[in-house]
Amino acid sequence: MNAPAEKKMGWFETLRERYAHPSALSKIGVLGMNRRNVSYISRYNPRHLFPLVDDKLQTKELALEAGVKVPDLIGVISEQHAVKDLSQILQNCESGFCIKPAHGSGGKGIMVITRQSEEGYRKSNGQFATISDLERHVSNILAGLFSLGGRADVAIIEDLIHFDDCFSGFSYEGVPDTRVIVFRGFPVMAMMRLSTADSNGKANLHQGAVGVGLDIGDGHALRAVQFDKPILLHPDTGLNMMTLKVPHWEEVLNLAVSCYEMSGLGYLGTDIVLDRFKGPMLLELNARPGLTIQIANGKGLLPRLRQIESLSHKKRMSVADRVAYAREHFTDRH
Amino acid sequence: MASRTPFYILVSLLFLAGTALTLHRHIAFDIPWFPGEQRQTWSIEAKVDFEASGDPVTARLAIPNTQPGFTQLNQQTASPGFGLSFVDRTGGTYAEWSKREANGNQSLYYKVDMLVDPFAIPPDQEPVTNVQPNVEKEPYATAAQMILERATERSSSNYTLARELIHEFNNQQQTAELLAQIKPKTVWIAQLLQEAGVPARRIHALELEDGRRRQSLIEYIQVFDGNDYEIFNPETGVQGQAENMLLWQYHSGPVLEVVGATNAQVTFSMISQEQPFNIALNQKFADNEWLNFSLYTLPLEEQAIFKGILLIPVGVLIVVLMRILVGIKTSGTFMPVLIAMAFIQTSLLTGLIGFLLIVGVGLMIRSYLSYLNLLLVARISAVIIMVIGMIAIFSIIAYKFGLTEGMKITFFPMIILAWTIERMSILWEEEGAKEVMIQGGGSLLVAILAYLAMNLDWVRHLTFNFMGIQLILMALTLVAGSYTGYRLLELKRFKPLTKLNNQ
Repeated sequence: MNAPAEKKMGWFETLRERYAHPSALSKIGVLGMNRRNVSYISRYNPRHLFPLVDDKLQTKELALEAGVKVPDLIGVISEQHAVKDLSQILQNCESGFCIKPAHGSGGKGIMVITRQSEEGYRKSNGQFATISDLERHVSNILAGLFSLGGRADVAIIEDLIHFDDCFSGFSYEGVPDTRVIVFRGFPVMAMMRLSTADSNGKANLHQGAVGVGLDIGDGHALRAVQFDKPILLHPDTGLNMMTLKVPHWEEVLNLAVSCYEMSGLGYLGTDIVLDRFKGPMLLELNARPGLTIQIANGKGLLPRLRQIESLSHKKRMSVADRVAYAREHFTDRH
Repeated sequence: MASRTPFYILVSLLFLAGTALTLHRHIAFDIPWFPGEQRQTWSIEAKVDFEASGDPVTARLAIPNTQPGFTQLNQQTASPGFGLSFVDRTGGTYAEWSKREANGNQSLYYKVDMLVDPFAIPPDQEPVTNVQPNVEKEPYATAAQMILERATERSSSNYTLARELIHEFNNQQQTAELLAQIKPKTVWIAQLLQEAGVPARRIHALELEDGRRRQSLIEYIQVFDGNDYEIFNPETGVQGQAENMLLWQYHSGPVLEVVGATNAQVTFSMISQEQPFNIALNQKFADNEWLNFSLYTLPLEEQAIFKGILLIPVGVLIVVLMRILVGIKTSGTFMPVLIAMAFIQTSLLTGLIGFLLIVGVGLMIRSYLSYLNLLLVARISAVIIMVIGMIAIFSIIAYKFGLTEGMKITFFPMIILAWTIERMSILWEEEGAKEVMIQGGGSLLVAILAYLAMNLDWVRHLTFNFMGIQLILMALTLVAGSYTGYRLLELKRFKPLTKLNNQ
């Protein structure tokens, strides 16, 4: 009867189906990109501290000074003519290593070698690479292929992380890492990034990695998403994601929070990995942490950020106090 | 957080200043809001004829200047064999022709373009000062005195005296005829007014009517009251200046003086023309120091450059809005603006095809370059050379096939194209083709929007003619820079959160 009118309704319904009303988002307290940039990053992160976190080498040195655990540094190659020394540097690390650019972002340019043998260097996906492949990768890093703006870069070679067995089955290849947002020294939100076949073993959420929201209280899974859509089972292994629980949770949070003291950045993303032998280790810091963590948690960041902003005695609280405060207030379980 | 008040004050100041400047330009200089408006101009040609008899000849013609209602644009003369100069004298401006030896009938031409301009800025007009007492013979003195006395009785001010004087000349026919024996009526009226202490003079005006030829000047009486003046028709006593009345000579001097020749006369012909306002304005401001902050004072070539430059803020604002309000990803922050500038030169379709062609082929060749394992600077340089080569080849191919449109491909900024190819290529290797499509498509979409905005005649007109618009754009950019609300695409991205929280 009223076909055109119905069609119009349908169009409008689709729009409402796909797009959220701004007031609905602000009711939940979702942090948008603009507000993150204006009200948090530019207000709490002094510009001159950015190089500390953008350069992984500087971060590593800073962490060592502050006593924050990081993967061991095997070597640094900063000049093109030093590339030929690569095989020498790699002589003593049969157990595996990874090569990464100091200024890389979003996991770009990271090459993981799990084992050396006569056949060559075994990459994490099972293929073998020759020494000249590695040298080419290093010279690409030096030329700035993976760094922001194509600046000349430095290649870092560090010890491989032997990631904890407790995550086997949750991650397809790749290293699962835990992202904790630390705001003015308080852990406010956390998630775990698990690589999948879709993401080619990379832990980048927009490439198809699974994001798992973690409860700040005890580190258990709250919710899992892939491509911004909620999922229950791991797409490759079929494991129930809700059974995931990060061990050494207290240690993870303490490590994340101590990065605030170390870097001086008020709004900070910390990426932490669990090593089978050494426990939680800091992988890298991010001065502009992304917003997908909200989707993984099913919660907006704003209420928690505002709660921290309204605290008056935060200066005097110790690391342990702040972790305890966050674990008490930012949890689903009581 | 520091107080935002200074920021808002700054933004509102910028906005208000921009609006005020814009309104001022519109009101004070009559610059229209929309392009394509026409302005009427009159081309008036004065033809001076005289008979020369072999003697040195000097002909001096009074010429009009900018005056209320009309702005003088350009003037030309045609007078073969005569020396010409424009002379400024107390009695106004004159065109002065001279020749050592002239024979027979001579015709000199002077042509002036006058812009109908309610906002004309006339030079200051000096009122009549020197009132010389004229001693007239009897019975003329008594007759004139009678008329003046009667008019004075019936009047109350300078203007009413002039009006009554003209009435008296019309009423007292016999006296008027008597006086007319020695001097024309207009001379008498001006003289009697001056005797009564009212500054007044005879002026010569031209009635403008399209296509008229062989017109002559009409005499009027100009009567001053302080700095103001009124014009009176000496026949009817009607006060005021008709819209189509151009004052030709209004400085108490003669209209035409010819020395060394006889039978001199001047006649006028005129046509009305419609000109686009910007041509008219160009001419109006061409030699006007008064308004030296206008772009119209620049040479035409520089004006053309500024037309392009002043458009960039519009494109930049589009990019800002697209990124901050919508959240579109573009490869390179302002690359879309540069591409849009190139589209303006090439036209949209040619530009799009050319852009896709170069970037597409460039990506293919670039994928080979990545096997060569080159250092970054060398690789980008190689891409630049490759882009130039492609542009040359495409131009030649297009030309061979008779597609002259294809030649326009050279308008693309080559360094920008090379960087675009390089970025897209790296993006392709790292994130896959999908991300290249998203960012490349986003860049092109923003470039097309910026092009559409910058290519609007109306936008070009506004940015070029109203400097205040730049301040308004600046204010808008600042406001956009402090926007902390959600981006349009975030409403979609975070939609799953609202569902979850409703359950």
